[in-house]
Order: sequence, then C-alpha cells, then structure tokens
Amino acid sequence: MIDLSTLTIQSAREALKAKKFSSRELTQACIDAVKDKDGNIHAFLEIFKNVLDQADEADKKIKEGIDLPLLGIPIALKDNITVAGEHASASSKILENFVSPTNSTAVNKLQEAGAIIFGRTNCDEFAMGSSTENSAFGPTKNPLDQTRVSGGSSGGSAAAVAGGMVLGALGSDTGGSIRQPASFCGLVGFKPTYGRISRSGLMAMTSSFDQIGPFSKTVEDAELIYEVLRGPDSLDSTTITEEIYPKQKNFDKTIGVPRMFINKASENTKKNVEEAIKRFESLGYKVIDLEFPTIEYSLAVYYVIVPAEISSNMARFDGVKYGLRVGGENGIDDYFKTRGVGFGKEVRRRIILGTYVLSSGYYDAYYGTAENVRSLIRKEFREAFKKVDLILLPTTPSSAFKFGERSSPLDMYLEDIFTVPANVTGCPCITLPFGKENDLPLGIELIGDLGREDNIFKASKEFYG
Amino acid sequence: MNKAEVLKLAKLARIEISDAEAEELSTEFEAILGYVGEIKQVSKLESLKDKNSEDYALKNVLRADENAHDSGIHTEKILENAPAREGDYIKVKKIL
Repeated sequence: MIDLSTLTIQSAREALKAKKFSSRELTQACIDAVKDKDGNIHAFLEIFKNVLDQADEADKKIKEGIDLPLLGIPIALKDNITVAGEHASASSKILENFVSPTNSTAVNKLQEAGAIIFGRTNCDEFAMGSSTENSAFGPTKNPLDQTRVSGGSSGGSAAAVAGGMVLGALGSDTGGSIRQPASFCGLVGFKPTYGRISRSGLMAMTSSFDQIGPFSKTVEDAELIYEVLRGPDSLDSTTITEEIYPKQKNFDKTIGVPRMFINKASENTKKNVEEAIKRFESLGYKVIDLEFPTIEYSLAVYYVIVPAEISSNMARFDGVKYGLRVGGENGIDDYFKTRGVGFGKEVRRRIILGTYVLSSGYYDAYYGTAENVRSLIRKEFREAFKKVDLILLPTTPSSAFKFGERSSPLDMYLEDIFTVPANVTGCPCITLPFGKENDLPLGIELIGDLGREDNIFKASKEFYG
Repeated sequence: MNKAEVLKLAKLARIEISDAEAEELSTEFEAILGYVGEIKQVSKLESLKDKNSEDYALKNVLRADENAHDSGIHTEKILENAPAREGDYIKVKKIL
C-alpha cells in the first residue's frame, strides 16, 4: 500500500529505483486517491486518459536502468498550462472546450525529466483570485478543513498535493497564486525569479508578473521540480540567462525583516514570524530590521498594473479564432455577447477596471504612476539585497478563511499584501509551512535577490535541518 | 465613478453587462480606486525624481525575419479550435 499523504517525490524516486513499487502502481494509487477523495474536494478538473500508458513507458525506462529526475512521478498541472491534444480551460467557460495544439515548455521539460503528466487542476478563472471561488466549475475545498478555501488562484494544485492525490504540482504565481494556497494547505510553494521558467504555453494574465512554479511537501522536492523547469527558452523572450543579474553579495546568513510592514498581519501571524526569526537565529543567522518606505505600496501598484495588463491580454478572447462564441445580431455584437457570457464576474471586473486605468486622462495618474512606483520599490529591494541575503515575511495575513468570507473584491485583494512584493520586484520567493493558527497551517516567506534562488534553497533546508 | 461611466468602459472593453452589474461595479471601483490611489502619495517623494531604472533584462528579442515554417503545416490544428469555419477559413458574420 502506497501512502500518498506522506510520500515525497524524493522518496518515491528511491522506491521506484529500488523496485519497491512501479510507476504504474504509484499512478494507479493517485487515480484511486482522486476517485476516493476528490468528489468532496474538487481539486481536479480532469485526469488525462493516457496516464497509465505514460506510467508503463516510465516503468520500461526504469527497467532499462535509465535515471531521470522525475521518472515515473505523477505531476498535476494548473488548468492554465497547456498539454498538446488535451483540454486547457483556465477554469473559464470561454475556453471550456479548448484543446491545446501545442505543449507548454514546462510540460516539455517535465516529460523530458520522465514525469507523468497526470491531469489538470482547478483554479480561479484565468488565475484571477485568491480563493479558487472564481472558477467557472465550482470552488476547491481545503483538504485540511473542508469549510475553508484552499487559497488561490492555484487552489486545485495545492489541494491535489495536500490532499494526498499527487506528489507534486505546477501552478502559476502572478501575485501569490502559488504561495498563498501552498501556505493555506501546509505546503512548500515556490515562485522563481521573473523569467527563470519559460511561460510559453502558460495562459497570460499579467505578463510582467506571471511566473510558473512548483507545489510540494518538502523544500527538496520543490528544488527538484524547479531544476527541471528552469532555463532560457527561445519561445519566451522574457526568460533570463545567468548573466542578467550579477551577484550583489556573497551569502553570509543575513536576513532582513521589514517589521513595520508586518504589522498589517494578525497577532498570531506576527507571533509566528517572531518564532521563525528565533529559529533562524538559533541556526546562526543574523536577523536585522529593514526600513522599507515603499514596500507597503506594492499591493496598490499591483492592483493598478494587473487590471491594466489583463484588459490587454484578455482582448484575444473574442469568439472568433477559438473558444466560446455566443451569437449576437451582427459581428461586433458577437464580441459583446461572447465576452459578457464567457467571462466570469471577476474577469469582467478586472478588464473594465483595466480599461479605466489605461484610458486617456487617467493613464498618467494610475498606470504611469504605478510603473514609476514599481521601479522605486524594485530599486529599494536591490539596495536591501546588498546588505541581506533574504527578506522574511509572513505569507498571508491569517490562515485559510471560510467560503464567502472575503465578500468584497477589495477584501480579497488585501489577502495578497505579503505575496505581491516578490512579483512587483520580480524576486524569487518561497513559502515554508511553519506554525499554526486555529489548527490551520501558517507560512513564512523568504524572498531572495533577483537570480538568487540558491540562497532561498540553502536557508530553507537549514530551517528544517 | 457612476453607472454611466462603467457602462461606457464596458462598451470600450466589448463586454455586455447589465445595468445592475454596472451599478455594483461603480461602488466596488470607488473602493478599489480609493485604495490603489495611495500610490499618488509616493509619486510626491523626492527619491522618485532621481530614479534611474535598472533595465537589466531589456534586450532585443526579435529574431531575424527569415526561415519561416512551411505554409499550412499548423492550419488544421488551429482551425480545429475555431468556433465556425468554412474550408481553411474562420467564419464570421458579414462585416460590411
């Protein structure tokens, strides 16, 4: 019997190599777990039909003695990452029947590493949301407490791993969409440096923030998936090479904490951060206070730039080339009807708001100012990273909330306050499960300098030592 | 922002919304814009004036305009997703 709730990717790889079980048995265990549990949780939209064939292929390779980093390991994908010949809907009605003609680069890399591309997971529509309540196909419940959300937007990926249905999953993180659900579900979630992982085949939400990353139970598993996915790609012009961000400092175990900013969190969360600081200090880290005048504007900057880019990116969904078409009286009325019916409420809200902040007369006041403040925040981070290796923050203001609890859009947006600084600056950031609030997991975040994923992994592994 | 303004923006964005939704959005937008409007405070900061943006990642990304793939090799796959087609064309309503 394979116990998926405790099995890590690393230990599964060992067991596969030692022939303790086959990839087919492991994959079947995942299928059974989904059948058994997912009726309630709703992490998955689909398990791909060929998963057992993929597993047999992997078993053949294992028999031949081939060793690949993810050989035989089932990995789930957020529903906005494409697989050739499979549906990909971004959990939207407008793409409900869309079949991707191509593989995303991330999927190509997973396949080259021997992974089983297991299925697609539920998310907020087009990754817009922080609770997976915005999916057109119904919300995902938190496997640790089904009265609560699993977080979002990659809530299905988080629930799939935390619910013991797969060993790892990919999500996308525009403002915390990997880290917040990982934290709500007691997992490790990682957003690499902007441009580190190719987004070819990831459906664009906010192109200047979007980044793909892993969900896993352990830091080692997250690093394993990250190593498979990273690297420049001719199909994504925003991917970076090693030379782009020269090292500013050698790692000497220094962590900065912007304490003023953390005051916005719940008492439990603040206490939890202090506990994390104590643990780092006991491991020989030097923890210093950081003065950060602009960091608190990250969220405001984020919620100007995000709708602006969304209004542009979502223009491609017009009911002409692919996806849903709802017929109107004439050609242009087709657009109005298709987009009015095909997009859910939050998507409509963001497109219209984005249209406003980009419109003549308001562009300078909102979008132009936001871009200026963004480069200022970025500059402050770069300066800080000359003094510290990492910045420590709580991942979320509190633990997982109940369904319907964040009823106004602004309340939901405020959920992202501690996760967006890493997106606004492009910096890599990990969330580590640490501490509890009302028996529910909390997380802490470590942000690294641009291109310094190495420091994050080093400190995270020592943290759990 | 009032309802009429929201309806005008929705029209610019080619999205059909109801009057009730426009009403609701106008209230929500007031709250959201009130919050994000905080950034205007920062723009008064001195430090913003001497910002020199570090554009490390800016580089020319255009490939040379040559070696295109053979014509038509992707046509079928792409048209399979079209809501309506006629032969190798995507079909839309009469425009003129």
